[in-house]
Amino acid sequence: MTMSEGDLAVAKIHFVRSATIEAKPPPVSMRGAVGWLRENLLSTKFNIILTLLIALLFAWIVPDLVRFLLIDAVWTGADRDACREIVQNRAIGACWPFAFERWPYFVYGSYPIPERWRVDVFFSMLAIGVVWLLWLGAPRRGLVSVYFFVVLPISSFILLTGWKAIGLQPVDTVLWGGILVTIVVAWVGIVVSLPLGILLALGRRSHMPAVRLFSVIFIEFVRGVPLVTVLFMASVMLPLFVPEHLSPDKLLRALIGIALFASAYMAEVVRAGLQAIPKGQFEGAMAVGLGYSQMMRLIVLPQALKITIPNIVNTYIGLFKDTTLVFIVGIFDFLHTVEVSRIDPKWATPVTSTTGYAVAAMFYLVFCYAMSRYARATEARLAKSERR
Amino acid sequence: MMAATTNTALHIKPTQLNTLIAVEIVGMNKWYGDFHVLRDIDIKVKGGERIVICGPSGSGKSTMIRCINRLEEHQTGRVVVDGVELTNDLKKIDEVRRDVGMVFQHFNLFPHLTVLENCTLAPIWVRKTPKREAEEIAQHYLKRVKIPEQAGKFPGQLSGGQQQRVAIARALCMNPKIMLFDEPTSALDPEMVKEVLDTMVGLAEDGMTMLVVTHEMGFARQVANRVVFMDSGQIIEANTPEEFFNHPQHERTKLFLSQILH
Repeated sequence: MTMSEGDLAVAKIHFVRSATIEAKPPPVSMRGAVGWLRENLLSTKFNIILTLLIALLFAWIVPDLVRFLLIDAVWTGADRDACREIVQNRAIGACWPFAFERWPYFVYGSYPIPERWRVDVFFSMLAIGVVWLLWLGAPRRGLVSVYFFVVLPISSFILLTGWKAIGLQPVDTVLWGGILVTIVVAWVGIVVSLPLGILLALGRRSHMPAVRLFSVIFIEFVRGVPLVTVLFMASVMLPLFVPEHLSPDKLLRALIGIALFASAYMAEVVRAGLQAIPKGQFEGAMAVGLGYSQMMRLIVLPQALKITIPNIVNTYIGLFKDTTLVFIVGIFDFLHTVEVSRIDPKWATPVTSTTGYAVAAMFYLVFCYAMSRYARATEARLAKSERR
Repeated sequence: MMAATTNTALHIKPTQLNTLIAVEIVGMNKWYGDFHVLRDIDIKVKGGERIVICGPSGSGKSTMIRCINRLEEHQTGRVVVDGVELTNDLKKIDEVRRDVGMVFQHFNLFPHLTVLENCTLAPIWVRKTPKREAEEIAQHYLKRVKIPEQAGKFPGQLSGGQQQRVAIARALCMNPKIMLFDEPTSALDPEMVKEVLDTMVGLAEDGMTMLVVTHEMGFARQVANRVVFMDSGQIIEANTPEEFFNHPQHERTKLFLSQILH
């Protein structure tokens, strides 16, 4: 066996490189679609088995799903006859005319038809805010939080509940329903729970025993009780203690219940973030003379919230889905309007319920997936700018 | 004795102290739970004096200087900083912290703010200096610590030595009367130590009152008026650098010096 020059170079004690080794492209097996397949799907035996299993799973589910939702689906019709196998004499998939006809009810609930433009305005204002928030190069991004936490709550409250003085008919919240209620409940929960959660988290880490005790009791009590119980307490127990005329609106009671519930969870999420901030940051801030609130506002919270964003959004996603529970206190959120509609005799067919739930599933999926993507994108953006 | 004047002076006029004695610690004791960390500490630091504090780890030297700006609370005795006695009174604590700058072993810069923002934050929020003016002051000190070109960067993008110099500039931006250094070079790569020590020498030549916890004995010889040696929470020996290094009195001091001076 002869030794190459490289082997000799390693064997020799004295070695000086005479020519630089130029960078070469990787071998073909690492490049392109083939390289990607080999690397990601077929890298090991175990990986090959997993790839096959998942391919089988898809093959099992997807065709049926496509057949039900698209191929066999009914797209037009006036009532249940359009979606009945016996009448149509063919396999029947989703009954979309039912969803189309009921869509306004899914969106607005029983909100009076002539006033529904107000809900549309509310949705548009919210959409503007969301776009403003997501578009990083947008002008005046610093004002987004003012818009979200001050302008939007006040204007949409006036818009939705009505104000006689400016010609908006009052609309009782009993009539609210559908996506409107889902969005309102989720959004109030989101807007209230973050600041309140931060306060509770700070309270829990406070050096003042009374503040700490209050925060701990509040957080542990609320977290130790199911949301259903909180909602029942808010809507059934509260009126027992408060005089009739002072008793707040049913929706408002549910909103308070949900907001407080979400705050307790948010407090724990924020606390985890606070704990991740090194002690040196507190000392550095104190040593330059910052007071407690300045230290928290300028140094600690910006860093803590930044690392907590994925968890905050995770809590928001949970909160968004938890809003469906308000139906148990008789509020018609989106899912509840679907529930009510699917038992409507006009559309009574074997596929009506499935269709309704498919609509609901898609709605929640779109919203939750969007939030999840936002969290991922923010995470990636912050990881890039993380220069610790 | 100061070394021959070098060109390292920062040309900073330290803010005048109100009293002749910058720091006065009388009979100070501190406990962590049952553990007696600081025992009957007595020390007086005159304005413009430069004290180097050394001792083995766990001897309480860091804890002692942290008592001077109340990052640590003492239990008995008195700590008076420029005429203000430190008690639980938050106003007094804030007053002292405004006038006492501190540099930490691990820099403790704010990673989410740029170098310039690190320097202007306290002047703007604590001293209520207008932003423009604070930025000018910050640029001035960044120039003095020789990193004006890094103003727009984030701390994480700088080397350890540069970060520590930013930390010094950050403290100077508050126009402190007294500067505390808590092992400022211990966390640095060996190549970075000199640039930070040079900055500190410059500060000393400008007449800043300094208390420095360090193991840099060369720095102590060159700059200190007094070297204080601590062990197990007590001051064992204090003397001028020449006397301290050439004729240590206490057995513990001799042992310590024989261990660190090879």
